[in-house]
Amino acid sequence: MNIVVLVKQVPDTWAERKLNEGDKTLDRASVDVVMNEIDEYAVEEALRIKEAQGGEVTILTMGPERAVETIRKALSMGADKAVHLSDEALKGSDAVQTSYALGKVLETLEYDLVIVGSEATDSRMATMGALLSERLGQPQLTGARKVTAEGGTVTIERQTDDGYAVVEASTPAIISVMEKINEPRYPSFKGIMAAKSKPLTTLSVGDAGVDEGQVGLAAAPSQVVEFSNKPPRQAGQIVKDEGDGGTKIAEYLASQKFV
Amino acid sequence: MSRWDTAERQALRQLARDLTAKEIAPHVAGWEREGQLPRSLHKTFANAGVLSVAFPEEVGGGGGDSIDAAIVAEEILLGGGSGGVVASLFTHGIAVPHIVQSGSRDLVDRYVRPTLAGDLIGALAVTEPGGGSDVAGLRTRAVRDGDAYVVTGAKTYITSGVRADFVTTAVRTGDDGYGGISLLVIDKGLPGFTVSPPLDKMGWRASDTAELSFDEVRVPAANLVGDEGAGFVLIMKQFQSERLAMATQAWATAQRCLDLVIPWLKDRETFGRPLSSRQVVRHKVAEMARQVWVAKTATRAAYEAWLDTGDAVTEVSMAKNTACAVCDHVVDEAVQLFGGLGYMRESEVERHYRDSRILRIGGGTDEIMNEVIAKRLGV
Repeated sequence: MNIVVLVKQVPDTWAERKLNEGDKTLDRASVDVVMNEIDEYAVEEALRIKEAQGGEVTILTMGPERAVETIRKALSMGADKAVHLSDEALKGSDAVQTSYALGKVLETLEYDLVIVGSEATDSRMATMGALLSERLGQPQLTGARKVTAEGGTVTIERQTDDGYAVVEASTPAIISVMEKINEPRYPSFKGIMAAKSKPLTTLSVGDAGVDEGQVGLAAAPSQVVEFSNKPPRQAGQIVKDEGDGGTKIAEYLASQKFV
Repeated sequence: MSRWDTAERQALRQLARDLTAKEIAPHVAGWEREGQLPRSLHKTFANAGVLSVAFPEEVGGGGGDSIDAAIVAEEILLGGGSGGVVASLFTHGIAVPHIVQSGSRDLVDRYVRPTLAGDLIGALAVTEPGGGSDVAGLRTRAVRDGDAYVVTGAKTYITSGVRADFVTTAVRTGDDGYGGISLLVIDKGLPGFTVSPPLDKMGWRASDTAELSFDEVRVPAANLVGDEGAGFVLIMKQFQSERLAMATQAWATAQRCLDLVIPWLKDRETFGRPLSSRQVVRHKVAEMARQVWVAKTATRAAYEAWLDTGDAVTEVSMAKNTACAVCDHVVDEAVQLFGGLGYMRESEVERHYRDSRILRIGGGTDEIMNEVIAKRLGV
């Protein structure tokens, strides 16, 4: 079973994240960057399927040159090869444009499954699986906490508020996974050493057959118009206990709809 | 690009950092209280290939070198691990290299591979109750009897000795002096082999330390490492990597204290101003940082000399004394700058203060290092 995993490099969620003042895009240069956390689960799931059934795991990443660090991490976890779509023209692309560009690359790859993380911690759009499904005309299975792939069929358990639903599709299909699905492995030292000799293809928009006019900030269907920093935290409300402290706290919690 | 900073080593550094943040830092306080590490930690680090990073692939290792091992130790300490964790988790770094270097394939399969896979824990036993630094004078005796050696004697201050499944033990098989020393791998549980309860130490408390007693323990002759009489040379050779590891632990512990102190000084106000605004404090920190840089630079230079020339006894000895003296100074200043809080068990610098003190003793004392250096200088 051949699997493509979409992996995104994002600012470390523990770091202070900000937008560029000028074009209001995410500042990716001045912060520590990491693999989007849920993508590690996507890689892990692909590796488990591959280890059980054979096949190849390909990492697909769109991002600046620096994103190669994240690609190497996925390769050092055990993925077989990677495609890196990297071009200055892609800067500022929104989710719709990104799905267009990634879809173009996916059209050139042979796969049974595309596995994506349910959302990225930077944009928090949580739409990539759905957008690709529409563009590629392939079924999507979302919110998987368990994946079973056999023959030409893939079945998932989709987490819901009340329990789970079993959903099935024919392959090729697109699956988005959530944290409950597995415990991602650490890369290994041998994996790190092996990663440097694994095939990594870097594509420009031209190489990928992406129309430059349809990507990038200038052509983006959605753009950040304005932003402001989160207001500083307000001073808390102090409740003085005059024998009725418990009641007052309960009333406060009720007023905030916590209880 | 520095050989400490290649793309692969950056990735290894990140891996060690991630492992430390998730698998070590949240648990250190508990392990320090309990006095030992869980075996599962060995397995976790083995699965990531980090336990065996510097060992050859032929024996189940990662195929890296001692710089890779140093990077792992650096990151564990810089990320909030403790000296005791490093000493205990990497005891095999002193317990099995002799077997790798000159042991039989059988010994490699029975002891080295399972240890690097995180399934066995090994220890090295050289020091005896009657003498520490005087390796050539050790008295634990092994007498050949048929297909076994009969071992009688005692060892002390044995790192990971409580948990160890096997102990690479320096024994006297021949005459007095260094030529009569051999190494035997002795299994826990053999009749006559007893292990003391954990020794109660000033620092390195997450690392279990034991006294071992051998009362006519029959050890299969096949467990001899290399040739009879080859023990002293094997031990001395491996001392170099142990001393480098101690130097690494020293400078990285000092750097960690510096990393803890700086935000504290900016935050802590006395007489209406942050401590960091006081010239006496600022100069103290500058001096700490200068010393850490010297220790780090000397230690890394000694690693490079050792890797490049195979003989860097002078540099290694100098690096150990340099880094350990710096560590003692910096942990002491860190406690001073934290004031009353620095004296509390809840502050991390308090632990580093206690942990630092062993570094000038273990793996060869300051005084032994100076003797080695003086001899090398032809004095």
